[in-house]
Amino acid sequence: MRAPLRLVDLPRGSRATVDSLTADVGLQRRLEALGLRPGQAVQMLRRGWWAGPLHIRVGMTELMLRRRDAALVSLVA
Amino acid sequence: MPNTGKSTLFNRLTGSHAQIGNWPGLTVDLLQAELHLNGHQLQLIDLPGIYDLRGHTDDEAVVRRFLEQTPVDLVLVVLNASQIDRQLRLALQVQRLGLPAVVLLNMADEARRFGVHIHTEQLSRALGLPVLLGSAKYRMGLASLQKTLLQRLDAEAPATAPVQQLEQQLQAMDSALEATQAQLVQAAVQLPQHWPDRWTRRLDAVLLHPLLGMPLFLLTMALMFQAIYAIGVPVQEGLGMLLERFGSGVLQPLLAPLPAFLRGFLLEGIYQGIGTVTAFLPVIGLFFLAMGVVEDSGYLSRAAFLMDALMERLGLDGRSFVLSLMGFGCNVPAILGTRVMRDRRLRLLTMLIIPFSLCSARLNVFLFMAAVFFPPRLGGLVIFGLYGMSFLAALLTALLFRGRFESNEPLVLELPPYRLPTLGQILGRAWAEMRHFWFWSRRFIIIGVVAVWLLNNLPIGVEPASNLSLAGRLGSLMEPLLSPIGINAKLAVALVFGFIAKEIVLGGLAVIYGQVDPTALGRAIASDVSWIQAVSFMLFTLLYTPCLSTVAVIRSESKRLDFTLMSVGWSLLLAWGVSFLFFQVASRLS
Repeated sequence: MRAPLRLVDLPRGSRATVDSLTADVGLQRRLEALGLRPGQAVQMLRRGWWAGPLHIRVGMTELMLRRRDAALVSLVA
Repeated sequence: MPNTGKSTLFNRLTGSHAQIGNWPGLTVDLLQAELHLNGHQLQLIDLPGIYDLRGHTDDEAVVRRFLEQTPVDLVLVVLNASQIDRQLRLALQVQRLGLPAVVLLNMADEARRFGVHIHTEQLSRALGLPVLLGSAKYRMGLASLQKTLLQRLDAEAPATAPVQQLEQQLQAMDSALEATQAQLVQAAVQLPQHWPDRWTRRLDAVLLHPLLGMPLFLLTMALMFQAIYAIGVPVQEGLGMLLERFGSGVLQPLLAPLPAFLRGFLLEGIYQGIGTVTAFLPVIGLFFLAMGVVEDSGYLSRAAFLMDALMERLGLDGRSFVLSLMGFGCNVPAILGTRVMRDRRLRLLTMLIIPFSLCSARLNVFLFMAAVFFPPRLGGLVIFGLYGMSFLAALLTALLFRGRFESNEPLVLELPPYRLPTLGQILGRAWAEMRHFWFWSRRFIIIGVVAVWLLNNLPIGVEPASNLSLAGRLGSLMEPLLSPIGINAKLAVALVFGFIAKEIVLGGLAVIYGQVDPTALGRAIASDVSWIQAVSFMLFTLLYTPCLSTVAVIRSESKRLDFTLMSVGWSLLLAWGVSFLFFQVASRLS
């Protein structure tokens, strides 16, 4: 069995679907309000230099978030 | 919702210029304005932009508290039309609370461009609320919005009670919201198959490029500052000359009958001080014009993306960088802007670095001094060096203090599509900022310049600014502390007043040296101090406490006296240390 895919591991240009969030309540509500909720399709647009933030698209919204926080979002291919 | 053009709409409806922030929640002090609609006199209140009434941020708490405490006649929910797929949630929450409401889908121009089609009638029927498309920026749909607002207000009885049991109501509806939102979007909204904003994608490919992004950003900033000085400085000089002519040609003969002491006070004290600030207004206006373009275009959020990797290593985040950048205009709003940060330690660390941003008031002093002591080409380099020093000081401060203010706040920000700012929008904003600067600084300048003048001319009968005057005594009192960094008694007095506000420094120098005309003042200073002393003075001015207002704001925002004192103490220490190093080394070398 493969390890579950996390948003932070998504290669540049790939798409996947959000499976679940394991962030604390505050961050989870914020991510969900920005559209990052189970069942939504996400695409990795670019990964910042020097382990910098990630640039993703979800629905009609583009977001930047840190890798640490993106590790809390698990995906299904 | 944040970033939906709510403040622009507010300004359009009320005609006033509220500060427009591109950061979720910059409008924390609730703005309100009178709104006259067809004989109705209304109070329009601009609540903070929020994502979710049940959210955990301060802004969301502010809105909840407001709804629990204040009876409202009508709620105007402003959403970004092209992001309706996730923003409808807020409208649903308002609807289910039973509040009378109108929903405006703003930025309709963008939605159309991106291929988002919304059937407002269908949505309106499903919600039981009027739903309108519009664009506050391009004044589209404003007339029908006003008409709808009026109709709703006439239909509803004036509100008497605020929302009861808000939390419980919100909690009860929460589970169903998701499905309802999806259903509504499915039924009434056509979303594009592919993201159609090719422009944003192409621009991002270059501007956020792993290698090119950062140099391009720095180049943009450098060009921006260059342009500001290239245009602003000649205008400033011209304006200064006009004011000087008015003073000597009109005011001087007019005030001639007055006693010498009073005449000197009015002319050399007040008029001189105000004139210095007035002449500086064009540069301020240009600065805010340029910042407005950078912010409204969406590039500022990209700056946060580019800088976050570096800032993370300094214990800060991309927002700290953007706020510091805003601090280059004025430190006070930048410090207020740290309210977007939830983690207290991150907020405090950001507050600690913002005062090192070379604000427009300090720039005023540097432009003058650089012009006096250096030929134009070298002068530009000196200014550039001071900007570099400003960054270094912030960097050093973050490195030194990040251990004491460790934080792990998550960073999730929207990157809005690139937008073309409208001329009216940025002009209106630059104008508001200029006005604000003028009123804000005028108070300080009058008090400050008057105080300098009095210190120089008291006790009565003393030779102005001589060793026997109060100023002279104050200067010699500080001599032991300041002579190792090359600052003489006269400059020391100017520095004391610079503590109140940097806007006073030039006016103060004019009074201390007894020279009204800027060119003559320059000559007087140049004959009194060497260029090494002048640079040391500039370094000190750059690094020590920006002004009393900044200190006051740090105190009120941090709610901690010890932190405020540490911030002031550290900046003084750093200023003295850097000036000492520079002065001693440069004196030995030359």
